[in-house]
Amino acid sequence: MKQQLRLSGSGGQGVITAAIIFAEAAVADGLEAVQSQSYGPEARGGASKSEVIVSDEPIYHPHVEHPNLVLAMTQKAADKYFIDLREDGLLVLDEQLVPKPPKFARAFRIPITKLAVEEVGKPLFANIVALGALVRLTQLVPLEAVRTSVANRVPPHTVEPNMKALRVGWDAAGKGMEKQGMGAFTPKAGAGGAR
Amino acid sequence: MSAEQTAERSFERYFRANRLPHLWCPGCGNGIAMKAIVQAIEKKGLSQDDTVIVSGIGCSSRASGYMDFDTLHTAHGRAIPFATGIKLANPKLNVVVITGDGDCTAIGGNHFIHGCRRNIDLTVVLFNNNIYGMTGGQASPTTPLGAKATTAPYGSVDRPFDACRLAEASGATYVARSTAFHVRHLSDMIAGGFDNKGFSFIEAMVQCPTAYGRKNKMASPAAMMEWMRDHAVMKAAFDKLPDTEKSAGRFPIGLLYQSEDVDYDTAYEVVKERAGGAGK
Amino acid sequence: MTKARLMQGNEACAEGALAAGVNFFAGYPITPSTEIAETMARLLPKRGGTFVQMEDEIASMGAILGASLAGAKVMDATSGPGFSLKQELIGYAACAEIPCVVALVQRVGPSTGQPTAPSQGDVMQTRWGTHGDHSILVLSPWSVRETFDASVLAVNYAERFRMPVILLLDEIVGHLRERVVLPEHVETYPRRKPKKTRAEGYQPFAPDDDLVPNVADFGTGYHIHVTGLIHDETGFPSGSPAVTAEAIRRMQEKIARAGEGIVHTEASFMEDAKWAVVAFGGTARTAYEAVRTMRARGGKVGLLRLMTIWPFADAVIARLAKQVRGILVAELSYGQIVHEVRRAAAGACPVALCAKYNMKAFEPAEIVAGIEKLMGGDVK
Repeated sequence: MKQQLRLSGSGGQGVITAAIIFAEAAVADGLEAVQSQSYGPEARGGASKSEVIVSDEPIYHPHVEHPNLVLAMTQKAADKYFIDLREDGLLVLDEQLVPKPPKFARAFRIPITKLAVEEVGKPLFANIVALGALVRLTQLVPLEAVRTSVANRVPPHTVEPNMKALRVGWDAAGKGMEKQGMGAFTPKAGAGGAR
Repeated sequence: MSAEQTAERSFERYFRANRLPHLWCPGCGNGIAMKAIVQAIEKKGLSQDDTVIVSGIGCSSRASGYMDFDTLHTAHGRAIPFATGIKLANPKLNVVVITGDGDCTAIGGNHFIHGCRRNIDLTVVLFNNNIYGMTGGQASPTTPLGAKATTAPYGSVDRPFDACRLAEASGATYVARSTAFHVRHLSDMIAGGFDNKGFSFIEAMVQCPTAYGRKNKMASPAAMMEWMRDHAVMKAAFDKLPDTEKSAGRFPIGLLYQSEDVDYDTAYEVVKERAGGAGK
Repeated sequence: MTKARLMQGNEACAEGALAAGVNFFAGYPITPSTEIAETMARLLPKRGGTFVQMEDEIASMGAILGASLAGAKVMDATSGPGFSLKQELIGYAACAEIPCVVALVQRVGPSTGQPTAPSQGDVMQTRWGTHGDHSILVLSPWSVRETFDASVLAVNYAERFRMPVILLLDEIVGHLRERVVLPEHVETYPRRKPKKTRAEGYQPFAPDDDLVPNVADFGTGYHIHVTGLIHDETGFPSGSPAVTAEAIRRMQEKIARAGEGIVHTEASFMEDAKWAVVAFGGTARTAYEAVRTMRARGGKVGLLRLMTIWPFADAVIARLAKQVRGILVAELSYGQIVHEVRRAAAGACPVALCAKYNMKAFEPAEIVAGIEKLMGGDVK
């Protein structure tokens, strides 16, 4: 079992933090995990990409070759980072911030940032809303381990809204899965399958 | 040897007799400033075992080799960073820095102002001879306007630094100046620096007859010392001078600035306390 | 063993240093090494140590050398541009024999280059960056866990040989987060102490049996003199040709004498290998993946990973060159370590280069392609 996830957006949206939390939860669950990132000089704006590989075996090459899942939180990120997504992979998009979804059969749209604003109160929580959705969609790591990691990684006074954000994302993904009539997304392992 | 003579030469125990004579030219002011430092050390009763002398590169900075303490002859301009590391690693040590005008205010200028800013508990004595002596008389950041040097053969047009004002503006908490002519006064100024827990800066004006004097119509060491005698004015008197006289080459000596502020060691103890590592 | 946790390479560098007894760190912010300084700023005061952010990279180097002379175990961290500035005082530390560790997290150069992108282009800078002749010790780990170990080893070697040791990371490993289980206890090398008193004729720079002097710490009553001028056993400058030659010889010999024990390498799939990949740091992980792919296709390919970069693994490469039909060196630069591999292989087999310098780390397929090209039609 080896799963490769790519989380992308613009600097400041928190995709790197979301990826770290995902990887940390995987480690807590006894899996091997590596997390890496690439980013420009901007602390805010610009393109930001973070990758997580989760496996039950040692991980050598530390970067994603052909992702099983791509999350894009902006149009620019969607256009740039879904290119090498495996055919049987899943593309998760912010419904409002990616108005022109790339042509990909297995695209899953969630109003991530809208939910963060309307349900949690600030766009700041969009990354954790997205994380909640990814946890539900992939079912690679237990929600409880993710909750623990969130609590460790975010500023203490924001733990409560972040927990809410996680739940909002989890629920939104569940609702969407129901609507599309899909079960838990279980992408196929292996190195091949790139389009 | 009489008891009186012994007392008079008691400073000798602070020198490494086997490393003398020094390499400075006859008539150089560096030896006077070096002796003023050990007399200040003696006056304040600083232990030889707990005092470290740190120097940079240049004529002045050879002083460390002659002094019987733990001594460190660093790289050009870098004495203050090395001294900062020593002081922070072992705050019980008294750390004295000997530096020159090129060492301290040119290549080491950035370290100098940041040492002042941190108010790290060092006593920095700048031997200011207005010239690069060891390399043979090139203009330094304290070479006066119009003065000649091998790299300013038509007279220097680079505006000079006032190192004391620089120290004050940068956050030093004790700033004083004296000259090789005013020997006791110089030693007192240095001793005053030992009393200050923080960054103490003492500018010692010293003559360089070989590389500076000969080029600037002061061929003899005595002439240079006379110049210092005639142009140095005690601060209180200097402050009362009309501006026209202040600008006539005169400069103030004495304690120029002093303030109370937290030194870096003390400040970092607070950091350790906040982090929960105090006393570890 | 401690609990498994997710840790970044730069964090592991700091944790390793702390475990090895580092109690003084001076630094200056620079991508991609900054997390090392940030971790030290957070953890050192908790443990009674001292962190100071200096005004530039030269100053931070000066501060660690001063602290080391005053008895502290010290580290500094930087990236390529900062390392260039530190060269002056790395040379000082070599000449004055001051134990210190400098972590260098490589990024694309020259100059400001590409600050956030991976590279391995500082290999030669670590060896030949200072003026003059001296030996150097450079370690380059390939994982977060090994970064911890290499950091401990770097501190221990710095103390043992009284010299600067460079912990050469790349952005791949420095910024990588992965699962680690750290040891509860590590072996540490204590500060060397004088074996004689002043009255017994102690000379601070007289070499011990291993050619390393037992220099007294400042503040212990020895009144020593330390200088970056060439000096004799007393520590004082000397203008003697014989003293100069001996000082320079000893700076080289103390490392040469330590022999292969300090040259760490790791061989994978090498027993029956007819072809070899040589790589180090983050690139070695990708090379490992490439070698596995070749093995799955029946290719007799192995990996030799260099962990000690300097002194170079001359003997290991010489043996390797006699075993295999060809060597591929994969490195994220225009080609640096490949020159050393060629030199050490001494013509015993062809040495090809798989170079990459476009801001991107290697992908396994690129190294696979390099191996296939080297092998020609040979698939065994």
